[in-house]
Amino acid sequence: MDLSFNAEERAFQDEVRGFIAKNLTEEMKRATALTPSVFSDPDVGMAWQRALHARGWGAPGWPVEHGGPDWTPAQRWIFETESARAGVPNVNVMGVKMVGPVIIGFGSPEQKNFYLPRILSGEDYWCQGYSEPGSGSDLSSLKTRAVREGDDYIINGTKIWTTHAHHANRMFALVRTSDGPRQQDGISFILIDMKTPGITTRPILTIGGDHEVNQVFFDDVRVPVANRVGEEGKGWTYGKYLLEFERGSGIASAKLREGLKAIAELAESDLTGRAIDSPDIATRISEVEVDIDALEMTELRVLSALQTGQNPGAVSSILKLRNSEIRQAVTRLGVDVIGHDALAVEPMRPLYQLNHEPAVPEEMLTVVPEYLNGRAYTIFGGTSEIQRDIIAKMMLGI
Amino acid sequence: MDLNLTDEQRLLRESAERFVAESYDADHRRKMANDPLGFSPTVWKQFAELGWLALPIAEEFGGLGGSAVEIGILMEAFGRGLVSEPYIATVVLGAALVERCGSTAQKQAILPKIAEGSVKLALAHSERAARFDLAKVATIANKTAQGWRLSGSKIAVLDGHAADEIIVSAHIRDQRGASGRIGLFLVSAQTPSLVISDYVRLGGGRSCNIELSDVFLPEAALLGDGHDALPAIEWAIDRAMAALGAEAVGIMQVLLDTTLEYTKIRKQFGRPLSANQVIRHRLADMAVQVDEARSIALRAALKVDAEPVQRARAASGAKAKIGRSARFVGEQSIQLHGGMGVTEELEVGAYFKRLVAFDTLFGGSAHHYDRHARLGRTTVPA
Repeated sequence: MDLSFNAEERAFQDEVRGFIAKNLTEEMKRATALTPSVFSDPDVGMAWQRALHARGWGAPGWPVEHGGPDWTPAQRWIFETESARAGVPNVNVMGVKMVGPVIIGFGSPEQKNFYLPRILSGEDYWCQGYSEPGSGSDLSSLKTRAVREGDDYIINGTKIWTTHAHHANRMFALVRTSDGPRQQDGISFILIDMKTPGITTRPILTIGGDHEVNQVFFDDVRVPVANRVGEEGKGWTYGKYLLEFERGSGIASAKLREGLKAIAELAESDLTGRAIDSPDIATRISEVEVDIDALEMTELRVLSALQTGQNPGAVSSILKLRNSEIRQAVTRLGVDVIGHDALAVEPMRPLYQLNHEPAVPEEMLTVVPEYLNGRAYTIFGGTSEIQRDIIAKMMLGI
Repeated sequence: MDLNLTDEQRLLRESAERFVAESYDADHRRKMANDPLGFSPTVWKQFAELGWLALPIAEEFGGLGGSAVEIGILMEAFGRGLVSEPYIATVVLGAALVERCGSTAQKQAILPKIAEGSVKLALAHSERAARFDLAKVATIANKTAQGWRLSGSKIAVLDGHAADEIIVSAHIRDQRGASGRIGLFLVSAQTPSLVISDYVRLGGGRSCNIELSDVFLPEAALLGDGHDALPAIEWAIDRAMAALGAEAVGIMQVLLDTTLEYTKIRKQFGRPLSANQVIRHRLADMAVQVDEARSIALRAALKVDAEPVQRARAASGAKAKIGRSARFVGEQSIQLHGGMGVTEELEVGAYFKRLVAFDTLFGGSAHHYDRHARLGRTTVPA
């Protein structure tokens, strides 16, 4: 048992560091640090995706024949960790990490040939049409309906919480194509061109003041049947497969550690009047740091199991649950650390392109918005309550 | 980077779990709870035969040169059975301090005997006024013409009643007065004017308080050459905390498994307790905390030989976090067992009490989060 990397892994670590040093500009870094939502805006995020793609690292989890780099789990861990340490843009995961694996797993040869290269290059920008106003945690109760008419489906309904729908040119969506005995039956997985007539997008501002999510309306939207992935009515299976990816991408500790580091630096700075001198703040920083240490070890245990071909089991729910809770603890701590300055609201976006002097030092600008927006971490991708249900069912058998 | 068990480690785990399952049951534990020694010399002999007493000792002194990870594997199995043998006192603390601080002659004299099971040790370091501060030692060792004269009071000495030799820490005072150094002294349990008052320890086994009033020791009683032993004491206790963390994981796993089974069988309002979401979520939280405890205990074990600040932060972090999850899992196990959980008729309480003892040993969660925080600051406040 060993926590250290072998010579090959250290060489790879140097390679990743070299790549980042060469490609990550100060502007990208600053824009990333000053983005209080989950993903970078497309101009920043896609610039990074193009750099990764040019290096052959555009899709770490994909098989080699579709352009994956064929990394070992340890290499993926090194890549994600080094990326987090350096503060690279948070590339929207909807393409590479979500719809990509579904198309690879269940798509037709034509779909693979058409979509996969466009995801890799960043030419296509994807959003996810899953949740509906009436279907949140109970996702399979969704009502957006696709009715077959010749070689097309006619889609009517609405999707909500659609991250970056206002930027995306494509959406993958779960729609109801028939009514089965169980509500999970009769759902299909469809790829939709966002420019199709009948689609309208309404922005939804989150409480931190950011426009990241939307509601999307479908009014007699005509989509070719050829855009369905896999079999009609099997969409639930594909959608669940994808949710496993959303929960268990499994390498979150490095990013949490960077987030905590930024807060700890503020706490040790005169900007906050040395918040760290309060024993309560100092202890809470330690509590969160130890929680991150534990999460990191769990990630590494999973990784070790994967390296030898073992199935890590329902642990992806533990990782999702703890990652989201710890992230909230970091942001909660941040608000307490900045003290007086938590009162200042900066309504302009993006924060990295303000044309006025903000009321608080730049390194504090994202603290309150991240805390406020961050309440969503324990809600999206399956709420913490759903994760506890999964843990009870899958791990404990009750 | 590989956190999978090696084949040897897997075998160790299997044999330890098998041994504990076969030798330790409720009857055995009840017998030990009323035993004046608090553990079984026969079991101790079996530990020696299985090579467990030799595990961390270097090969040149009759040991097996095992790592903290193997100690953790063993301790987790011990936790499952609430083993009360003095393993931490003798092997994890005692042997480690002799190996790190002792002269070659001392190591040769003591370590092989620990490995074969004929000598047991204990560490007498804590004092009432020091609370959990390891640097605070009021016991004095005066240099005399013949050797040493020790005076002071020690408390909460793990398994001191059973030790052949007790390692006592004391501030060294020589002809020039206080040296500012802490020394470790090997004090035979037979030494006259050594007063050992032992008591039943919460959660199993025994501990004791020790009074030393003008205890005369030979020159050679000093472990090593009189360098300040505080760094070694911190090092040894960090190792002990990593080992105890693994033991706590074993205890928590048993409580989780037992409570889970109970909620499936116990029916109220016409259905099993486990059919209620509030119960299912509580159990899920317990399972998550056991898993986190397992991760952080392993981390502490893997860091025992890191540089001191990293090692100490890993050990304190693990001790603090596991202490907190131990209280949660223990308290909730009793809660979910209902009234029966509060009685001595079930063993849930025995496992819970060992977890409470774990949280208290060498300092509770609050102390260790504080130590972790102090060691983690990049700047020292004015």
